[in-house]
Amino acid sequence: MKHLNAINRKAALVVASTEADVVALQQQGGGPPQQPEKPHIPPGCSTVFSPGWEADHAGGTAGLCSPVERDLFDCHMGCFWPAQVPDQLNHAPDWTAKCAVAQKDWRKIDLVFPG
Amino acid sequence: MSALAETTSPTRQLGVGEFHTFEASGQRFAYMVPSAAVFALDDCSVAVVELLKTRPQAPEELLAALAPRFGEQTVKDAVNELHRIRAIGELAAKAPAPKVIPLKPMPIQTLVVNVTNQCNLSCEYCYEYGEDKIVDTENGSQPKFMSAETARAAVDLALRESNPGKTAHITFFGGETLMNFKVLKSTVAYARDSAKALNREVDFSLTTNATLLQPDVIDFLADERIGVTISIDGPQEIQDKFRVFSNGKGSYDIAAPKIKALLARHKTRPIGARVTLTKQTLDVKRIYKHLFEDMGFWEVGFAPVTTAPQRGHALEAGPGYDHLLEQFRQLAAEFLEASLQNRHHGFSNVRETLQEIHMGHAKAYPCGAGIGLLGVATDGEVSLCHRFAGSENHRFGSVTDGIDRAKQATFLDEHHISNKTDCATCWARPICGGGCYHEAHTRYGATTQPNLHYCEWIRGWTHTCLEIYGELAVKNPGFLRQFDGDDDEAPQRH
Ligand code: SF4
Ligand code: SF4
Repeated sequence: MKHLNAINRKAALVVASTEADVVALQQQGGGPPQQPEKPHIPPGCSTVFSPGWEADHAGGTAGLCSPVERDLFDCHMGCFWPAQVPDQLNHAPDWTAKCAVAQKDWRKIDLVFPG
Repeated sequence: MSALAETTSPTRQLGVGEFHTFEASGQRFAYMVPSAAVFALDDCSVAVVELLKTRPQAPEELLAALAPRFGEQTVKDAVNELHRIRAIGELAAKAPAPKVIPLKPMPIQTLVVNVTNQCNLSCEYCYEYGEDKIVDTENGSQPKFMSAETARAAVDLALRESNPGKTAHITFFGGETLMNFKVLKSTVAYARDSAKALNREVDFSLTTNATLLQPDVIDFLADERIGVTISIDGPQEIQDKFRVFSNGKGSYDIAAPKIKALLARHKTRPIGARVTLTKQTLDVKRIYKHLFEDMGFWEVGFAPVTTAPQRGHALEAGPGYDHLLEQFRQLAAEFLEASLQNRHHGFSNVRETLQEIHMGHAKAYPCGAGIGLLGVATDGEVSLCHRFAGSENHRFGSVTDGIDRAKQATFLDEHHISNKTDCATCWARPICGGGCYHEAHTRYGATTQPNLHYCEWIRGWTHTCLEIYGELAVKNPGFLRQFDGDDDEAPQRH
């Protein structure tokens, strides 16, 4: 790194752990990377299917390995079918801003009206 | 917000990520959130960040604006590097932070053993006895003194549940620890023998008000290399305001000569003073000067009293903490000056924060309580930490039955920083973690609450320490090397 200097131990770890990204960048020939940052997918049983749609061993939703509320985000991140959620990339970058934890704060996500 | 307030652009937009900037020694730095990494920024990267702070923009726009000043390739490189550490990035989904609970089971690093809940002083602000107490130590079911048997079981627990490759730390606490000196002494001997049989290391420390430091006690502490922290509030008139005997008489006259005797004899470990600050005794520099220079403590640590806000000794939520911050800053400036010249300065609050900054741990929890640190009450019940010892609601098993791992897991799940919505946008969260559970319990009646009454103070203080860290990183980087080391070895702080 020429423009940034890692000062504390964590910074050194960050630099080391992003070495791989840099190689990818260089192959693209400079300029900031072209792919958008990967969407964050909270851990679940698998990255494709979220068990939130289903039921736990007791037939409820309390014991799922990822909370049902996570589905709110799944529709526009992890899933491959279009869903009725705001376009976070263009129109409504902040629609989840007040929602720190899906499980607890899902009521706080913004309503977004078209037009 | 309205969805179409902004016109859409087909190009990619770059915006700033989450970090806190500070300046030291003419150099700009960024404290990254949530990773807690510290980077120094050169002029070009500062310019990129400043520009993106005004509004998100496309890379081409950025380049057009800055290339005349820095050259195209330089800007591109700087953008790439900033992108790499996530100081800038595409405007994309802000997904909820992942919640990572430590892998179980978690070894104990420090076991805090409350050998008594009795005290020969009656400090008015005390959380054990004062109006804010959680546990009834007078009429409750807890024995007033821990038995030798229970203390031995606590040692067994510490050795059993700690990492076999590491030192087990045992801290004696109270009440006034030395009121149960007999048990303390036999417990140290027992622990040394047990550790030896297991080929393990064990280390001891204690906190005391110093009034019972007889010569034989001092000899024992020195010979056994026991770390000692003295609770003392400052020079006579400050100490005697709250730290009084039950008849109201101040304790300075009794404590001071004993402290001097201890400092003269006990040279095997550095001895620290721990000061409780109240509204009436807020004079940090003077207290420090007395304890460090006049008395000769190796270090002095300060903490504002933990109390309900309506108490007379509580620091006022706004101005009280501002005043405290100002005083801390003044003393911290002295710390910096000394450290630049490689002179020892004893303001331990700075040292501890520098240590945390240096490591860059991003904390999901405010302290080790319930993870690597647990308390033991006089009857042998294991608790969240020493301040909750004996509280039924914060019980985590017992010295005989072991640690209640299920309860611990529930606790950690409920107290993770990601549950603290107010902290989600705070840049200081990697270092604060929402603040002391006991403080939250006293203030808001729930350990799950973040300590929102002192956020300004936490952020102000962290900023000051970052500046000191930056200053040292530029002018005396050798000083920071003392903070390298294996942090797993360090006892859990509280
Ligand atoms: S308690 Fe306050 S200072 Fe601490 S992380 Fe939460 S919001 Fe930030
Ligand atoms: S910071 Fe608070 S909760 Fe944590 S160990 Fe100390 S007193 Fe206990």
